[in-house]
Amino acid sequence: MTGSTADLRPANLGRGHAAVVDGWIMTRRNMAHVVRAPEEIGIYFSLPIIFVLVFGYVFGSGMGVPGGGNYREFLLPGVFAMAMVYGVAATATSVATDVSRGVVDRFRSMAVARSALLTGRSAADLLRAVLEMATMVAVGLLVGWRWRHSLADALLAVGLILLLRFALTWFGIYLGLLVRNPDSVGLIVFPAAFPLTAVSNVFVAPELMPPWLGTVAEWNPLSSTVAAARDLFGNPGVGGDSWPASHPLLLAVAWPLLLVAIFAPLAIRRYRRLDR
Amino acid sequence: MTTHAIVAVGLVKRFGGTTALDGLDLTVPEGTVYGLLGPNGSGKTTAVRTLATLQRFDRGRAQVAGYDVVRAPEQVRRRISVTGQYAAVDEILSGRQNLVMFGRLLHLCPRTARARADELLAQFGLSGAAGRSAAQYSGGMRRRLDLAASLILRPQVLFLDEPTTGLDPRSRNQVWHAVRQLVADGTTVLLTTQYLEEADQLANRNAVIDAGRVVADGSPDELKSKIGGDRIEVVVRAPDQLDVAVGVVTRASAGEPDRVPDTRTVSAPVTDPVVALTQVVRELHAAGVVVDDIGVRRPTLDEAFLQLTGHGAGAGVAS
Repeated sequence: MTGSTADLRPANLGRGHAAVVDGWIMTRRNMAHVVRAPEEIGIYFSLPIIFVLVFGYVFGSGMGVPGGGNYREFLLPGVFAMAMVYGVAATATSVATDVSRGVVDRFRSMAVARSALLTGRSAADLLRAVLEMATMVAVGLLVGWRWRHSLADALLAVGLILLLRFALTWFGIYLGLLVRNPDSVGLIVFPAAFPLTAVSNVFVAPELMPPWLGTVAEWNPLSSTVAAARDLFGNPGVGGDSWPASHPLLLAVAWPLLLVAIFAPLAIRRYRRLDR
Repeated sequence: MTTHAIVAVGLVKRFGGTTALDGLDLTVPEGTVYGLLGPNGSGKTTAVRTLATLQRFDRGRAQVAGYDVVRAPEQVRRRISVTGQYAAVDEILSGRQNLVMFGRLLHLCPRTARARADELLAQFGLSGAAGRSAAQYSGGMRRRLDLAASLILRPQVLFLDEPTTGLDPRSRNQVWHAVRQLVADGTTVLLTTQYLEEADQLANRNAVIDAGRVVADGSPDELKSKIGGDRIEVVVRAPDQLDVAVGVVTRASAGEPDRVPDTRTVSAPVTDPVVALTQVVRELHAAGVVVDDIGVRRPTLDEAFLQLTGHGAGAGVAS
């Protein structure tokens, strides 16, 4: 269009570079959404805070741990990880909202990297999870939870929990693209997340469950992350002789990577197929 | 490279049991405005979405801006913009944030993207609302923002899917003005519309589509000619003089007169408009018939449309 005073020459970026730049622009878009809708911040952070307070106080007061130790200290690493699982609902809802609106048509009609909308969502939700973790750790300290090893170990534990969250964003993105109805997709997550978090080592030791259920609980990716985090925080754990119970750190890295390897390609393929 | 901005050959698109495109052929020369006219559900929007790489077609082939839509969609996307029936902007972000974001996604540097956003906001009368979120915009403002987003870089081909549906006259004129300016700069526009006036105003050529295929094409004048030539039309003052007027018009005309008592109007096709008009005026005067209006006119595009598709444009209901 004539009359433009600006020099309208776009930068010529390589494919990989463009994917990173476009992904970052989408990340900033998602963060701008949060800033422009501050009431959502309250909703985002209420669940993790309530989790820590309710589980920390109600359950943490009068229960024992198999190997001896403080149940509150046993419970909180599990609660941190559990909040990450419920975060899938927010991710899936955001993606379903996006693809049900016209703006995605504009993105798709532009030469924007096909991965950008999804990587932008994943990155923005990971940043949000960092804030959620910081909040939960702070509230945890208030209710008497402590880490017993070095700060470096504690940060590594937080890193593992965030790694799980990152892997789950890709599951959430895939789910959002699959269901595409922003009103119902969040409601699907809760009934699925509840058994996933209960059949794990978050609340009770898998040894105390019926054997088959205990095996499922031990192989639950959430259990590996929680067990590794407990080790690193120096909080009491559930122990156990099974292979997953004796290799928590390995599995806490391997499980999330596997989830990303499965769900990131599925999500991108699904996004490309919006043209069908 | 061709001199055609859009070439579509035999496009077929089915959704389940319904056939949206049934062998659509289109050839749009560079630098023109091409109107795609058709009733609701005739396949206009599907045509735009397939050509703009938003939707796959099942059969046929299509080239936009010299590139194959299926084999080189990235190249096509670099050269097109789409403004659809529903504004494709981010509702939560402000108008300015939207334009800056799209500018950045076009890989303008941040400073240029901001400068261009402010320029476009001013051009479309949105400077005052630049900081408000798009959700708070009126329908017209949102459509203008949407069009502005399509014009951050001048596209080679611009798809406009019913760009002025639901707009007030002022917004509509702004859109038309922007389109004319773009075309003057060399952009090709594919315009779908239910408003025949819009096609008459903007389009160099039109295709009338119905049930997913082109049933007629040509310039607005050619389309009008396809359904017959000039007509003489007389509106009398007193209803009881209509019969006299019908007699006069019938003698001067080349075909059956059309008599509408409600509007005291009679019209009929004529071969030589000047001779017919002179004769009718003279005879009506001699017979003492008082006339409110008299003239020779070509059929409207509405009439052409009705004739070609067998049903009306059906404006108002979204397709």
